[in-house]
Amino acid sequence: MSEYLLRMEHISKTFHGMKALDHVRLEVKRGEIHALIGENGAGKSTLIKILAGVYQPDFGAEFYFEGKKVEIKKPIDAVLKGISIIYQDLSLFPNLSVAENICIGKDVYNKSWKRVNWNEIKKIAQKVLNELDFQIDLYTPVEKLSIAQQQLIEIARALAFDSKLIVMDEPTASLSSSEVEKLYHIIDRLKQKGISVIFVSHKLKELFTVSDRFTVLRDGKYVGTYLKEEMDEEKLITLMVGRKVQYERSQAVNHKIGNVILEVRNLSKEGNFKDISFQLKEGEVLGITGLVGSGRTELAQAIFGVNNPYKGEVKIQGEAVFISSPEKAVKNGIAYIPENRKIQGLILEQSVINNISISILKALRTKLGLIQRKKEVDLAERYIQAIDIRPAAPERKVGQLSGGNQQKVVISKWLATNPKILIIDEPTSGIDIGAKTEIHKLLRQLASEGMGVIVISSELPEILAVSDRILVMKHGRIAGELNIQEATQENIMNLALLGASPANHHGALSTVTQPSKGAMM
Amino acid sequence: MKIALSKENILGLIALALFVVMTIIAPGFLSAENINNMMFQLPEFGLLALGMMVVIITGGIDLSITYTAALSGVSIAMMQSHGYPMMISILVGILIGLACGFMNGFIVTRIGVSPILVTLGTMILFEGVILSITKGNSISGFSDWYNLIGNGYYLGLIPLSMIIFIFFAVVTSVLLGKTYWGRCVYMIGSNSVASLFSGINTSRVILKVYLYASFLAAISAIIMTSRYNTAKVDLGSSYLLQSVAAAVLGGTEIQGGYGKVVGTVYAVMIFQILSNGLNLLEVPRTIVNVIMGAILIAVLVINFAKTKLGNKDRMQVTS
Repeated sequence: MSEYLLRMEHISKTFHGMKALDHVRLEVKRGEIHALIGENGAGKSTLIKILAGVYQPDFGAEFYFEGKKVEIKKPIDAVLKGISIIYQDLSLFPNLSVAENICIGKDVYNKSWKRVNWNEIKKIAQKVLNELDFQIDLYTPVEKLSIAQQQLIEIARALAFDSKLIVMDEPTASLSSSEVEKLYHIIDRLKQKGISVIFVSHKLKELFTVSDRFTVLRDGKYVGTYLKEEMDEEKLITLMVGRKVQYERSQAVNHKIGNVILEVRNLSKEGNFKDISFQLKEGEVLGITGLVGSGRTELAQAIFGVNNPYKGEVKIQGEAVFISSPEKAVKNGIAYIPENRKIQGLILEQSVINNISISILKALRTKLGLIQRKKEVDLAERYIQAIDIRPAAPERKVGQLSGGNQQKVVISKWLATNPKILIIDEPTSGIDIGAKTEIHKLLRQLASEGMGVIVISSELPEILAVSDRILVMKHGRIAGELNIQEATQENIMNLALLGASPANHHGALSTVTQPSKGAMM
Repeated sequence: MKIALSKENILGLIALALFVVMTIIAPGFLSAENINNMMFQLPEFGLLALGMMVVIITGGIDLSITYTAALSGVSIAMMQSHGYPMMISILVGILIGLACGFMNGFIVTRIGVSPILVTLGTMILFEGVILSITKGNSISGFSDWYNLIGNGYYLGLIPLSMIIFIFFAVVTSVLLGKTYWGRCVYMIGSNSVASLFSGINTSRVILKVYLYASFLAAISAIIMTSRYNTAKVDLGSSYLLQSVAAAVLGGTEIQGGYGKVVGTVYAVMIFQILSNGLNLLEVPRTIVNVIMGAILIAVLVINFAKTKLGNKDRMQVTS
């Protein structure tokens, strides 16, 4: 028998012409705890979903499990082969009992009449719970359990299916430190039983605690697989960041930074972010970055009045305001361009004109309150020209435009309101590279015209290309602030992952050499 | 000359074709008396259908609409039979209708219960209120002037109620097509989250939608009570699901985001022509329902197929 339980080779996946994975490989030994790491968008989730049978890889993928070539066409194939995935947001049935959740999908029926065999269910559930040394009433509905307990139920379910490989996606994200300790203990137990675990996490420290080997992905490509012993945190970060695309930094002419336009003091929102304070000046582009889930989007939406109240103070041009709704934010000169363009940004079934005019429509009415269609059309045509929306078809439904042009429509909508503050969340997600640089240029230009711009992005090259100043968030707090002169991808990642002061790491970083590809194969 | 074959235009043609067919095959269809009959029957149903349409455009539904109408009708009848002046009783009737609409809108927007549940609840609630007021009896005793609203003619030619209907159809059309509120109705129906994120006060817009629907229901109630010279708990109740059907037949998107006054008006006309014509042909009532149901399904299937094909073309254009 081969030493490897799982071998995936030449795994590629293309979404709408964009390569999410490009010839990635992953090899997991028996009884090994294997960490899968990479930045946001590196392709970890896609790879896991391929392993789970949720996505189908592109042609040419090779997939070996227990030494045999296999195909996984749908999720049940993976489960029956002994691959279990524990997703971050768990996939239990909250209103069903512990025992039912553990046995769901298993063949627990009597031969005659296909009646459910409750004794069998009880027996299986009790057996796997004992293996995990987890005492719980089998009839408790799962929704009454804590997240940590629910996670154990998922692990128990994996055992009930005789899983040989368990994938845990960010398992510690919502656990307390003592619960994390217990989880480590369980993982250890699984290892002793010869079960392999793929562990996905952003917390580097815990990866070093639990894993035997690391596989690093970057931009959908395979970087390498490494033993724990030959790694340290600094080295890992360098591998994750790598040498990436650098966007040209477009410096606008006459770029002056003026007065404070937005001041946020001790802003908090339970469960999202805490004690956030910063200032934004006229003519400045402030970049906010951090891992997904670090509270960036929630912060931006709070300033824009979504799902408020918040605690703390927001001042616009020195005046304290409470922003209770987006309507109020707009009145205060704030514009917010959301990441989720198709749900939050645009009304896809409506025309380009209607989308561009909506936020300023009240001002385009006659005294009698009737909309002046002519003015609306003019407005749309002006922006179609000014920021080059293609095709120049104002009556066309927005849903029919490409991602980049859709984003330009959202930007137009907000520019039409003549905002003082523009917050833009992942400005270029799902947009091709040409349109990306165009949007970067536009943001710089808007700032040079005196607007205060906040750019939220996970893409570090993007943050570096557009920002004057960078805030890094971690766990809902500001982990640090960097000037554009001192900021590098490495020290931003350091703050985002470790929350440490970048000054401590400058020396260490320079000694790291670029490791050769696939050093440990 | 080129006229695009929109959903509405197709419906208009169907209505016209039905009218011609009925003229040929149904004896007495085109007689002055029969045309009059149809013109008297159409407005009350038309107003309810328009109200329903506006709610459906936002992605909601108002199952309480006919009981809202019945409650305002009963209030007007009670006031008049107790000797209050006509104008005051009409005013109170409309206000009571608006109160019903406010209740729906308030629960939908502020508490966030889904419209179908809220209005199902208020439907039963309003019915109960009416029953406890009227003890199940019908109330009459309207003034002669009041009876004119539903039975009188304008210039001795067009029924007064028809004028009222045309007036409100135009008003609804202008409100939806030309005002900020109307635009927001469509935007919210297409995507309420993006509408909120665009700075629209979605709660206020939707609240006004339910108020407007209940207002049209109250107007419809005035016409109905005046025409029947009586008000009781089931006033117009048969129009409830018919008004949903008319809105949907008229091209209104049941998930929201699309719907036009013209379409609904055509759909109401189709219903009217069919039921009247088939009645003249002495087709049994049960068969009439079968035919109406079949037509409704056929039109919806055609519309669905049309949108699907349209989407396919579009995919090819962008790819």
